[in-house]
Amino acid sequence: MQASQQQLALIKAALFLLCLLPLGWLIAGFCADVLAINPFGLQDEVLGTNPVEFIIRDLGVWALRFLLLTLCITPLRKMTGMHWLLRLRRMLGLFAFFYALLHFNIYLGLDQSYDWGEIAKDILKRPFITIGMLTFALMIPLAATSNNAMIKAIGGKAWQRLHQLIYPLSICAVLHYWWLIKLDTTQPAIYAGLLAILLMVRVRDYWRKLRQRY
Amino acid sequence: MLIKHPDDILPSEITPQGLYLRRRDFIKTGVGLMGMAAGATLLPGPAHAAPKTAPPFSTAQKSPLSTTGEELTPHHDITNYNNFYEFGTSKADPSRRGDTLQTRPWTVSIEGLVRQPKTLGIDDIIKLAPLEERIYRMRCVEGWSMVIPWVGFPLSSLLKQVEPLGSAKYVEFYTAVQPENMPGVRRRVLDWPYLEGLRLDEAMHPLTIMAVGLYGEALRNQNGAPMRLVVPWKYGFKSGKSIVKIRFTDKEPRTSWMKAGPNEYGFYSNVNPEVDHPRWSQARERRIGEILKRPTLMFNGYADQVASLYTGMNLKINF
Repeated sequence: MQASQQQLALIKAALFLLCLLPLGWLIAGFCADVLAINPFGLQDEVLGTNPVEFIIRDLGVWALRFLLLTLCITPLRKMTGMHWLLRLRRMLGLFAFFYALLHFNIYLGLDQSYDWGEIAKDILKRPFITIGMLTFALMIPLAATSNNAMIKAIGGKAWQRLHQLIYPLSICAVLHYWWLIKLDTTQPAIYAGLLAILLMVRVRDYWRKLRQRY
Repeated sequence: MLIKHPDDILPSEITPQGLYLRRRDFIKTGVGLMGMAAGATLLPGPAHAAPKTAPPFSTAQKSPLSTTGEELTPHHDITNYNNFYEFGTSKADPSRRGDTLQTRPWTVSIEGLVRQPKTLGIDDIIKLAPLEERIYRMRCVEGWSMVIPWVGFPLSSLLKQVEPLGSAKYVEFYTAVQPENMPGVRRRVLDWPYLEGLRLDEAMHPLTIMAVGLYGEALRNQNGAPMRLVVPWKYGFKSGKSIVKIRFTDKEPRTSWMKAGPNEYGFYSNVNPEVDHPRWSQARERRIGEILKRPTLMFNGYADQVASLYTGMNLKINF
């Protein structure tokens, strides 16, 4: 299935709005639960008893989900032949960064009150914070080079190699989630499983390519 | 010494569990039929969810040991944000699924190194000592806290009933396991039954209570009905819920959380801002209802009363 320029523009606009929904839900929930502004008449509590923790966790989980969605594009494109899917990848990757950036900033502000001494101690002492920071740090160069001008400036091959950082950083992201959980690791295990499948597909394709070459 | 009670109930007289669990359906059907027969709606609707607000819970005396000057955490938050893994590991599970717990009949067996082992019915236990309202801070090891108006009595008044032997050094607390009614125990996330423990002097301390109510009403299942431990200077998980057995021993108990993570959860687990959990800081906590975190206090603010229990101990080693 091919998509015309016009159709693609429409799909992109729809996807953009779709990607903003998790944030919209959190904002609506925060307004209703915490600020008692509830124009949409939301029933029940959206964010629960501990809204700040809910927001930090939810943003983190959405960053991870967008990372996995970004990683779905290539295999999906190969399976279906819908090559236009590639044109959505940048947006998904940038949304992963966007949610990670919010996650990171709310941790700094609402969890640590921008107490830089405490934050430094947290990074040094606690493996799950250390690896979370590493994940975010690795995302920065990818987000910064996710535009046509940068691809041109760096050169296609080098740009591709740089963006393979998504593989190790996704593993870091899952570990960050895993190490935070007190006891029941079912949720991070599900994400670890999905990531393993997405990475295995790539290992398989790599081996096939090697075999063809020799 | 073990006192054997004669079996005064024949096994044939015991209602099968399945039938017992459906007894309310039987009553509802009966009520429905009666209503139809009478052609009237004189009978009130089902009130099974409404907790008892009648005395003795509502008339509990205010205790001078309560914390003062702090805003109480809303009832809704205390009863909807719970860690009670027997019902599932999410905080909403206990309030969602707790209804099934059978809290009557309920007996508590007190045994081990004691002169007078006893099995007491919960309704008799509640009458052992006058009920008091104790407002305590509750600090969870996860980094959040609440202020809770418990209704209960000092644990010591219960423990004295059995005359502990001189050799007794520790007390173990066992939480109920009702596999039919507690969906969480089907998974071995923790070693069931949930076991917690205290040193004898901690257990006898005047701040340590057994709570049977909260906000002037009977304890709800999600909060550990019909009776749960409350040790306000320790992390919340030390305060076992829905207690069915208390056992005196001479050895330090190896609690469920110590088995789950020996490096992360120690026997003492006193609230201590200077001793971090290996994976997160304990220096601050988020009081439920507040946005920014506040500093955590030594022994959760009860240092004046309890610090002397630990003089000379290295609290980093005995975490």
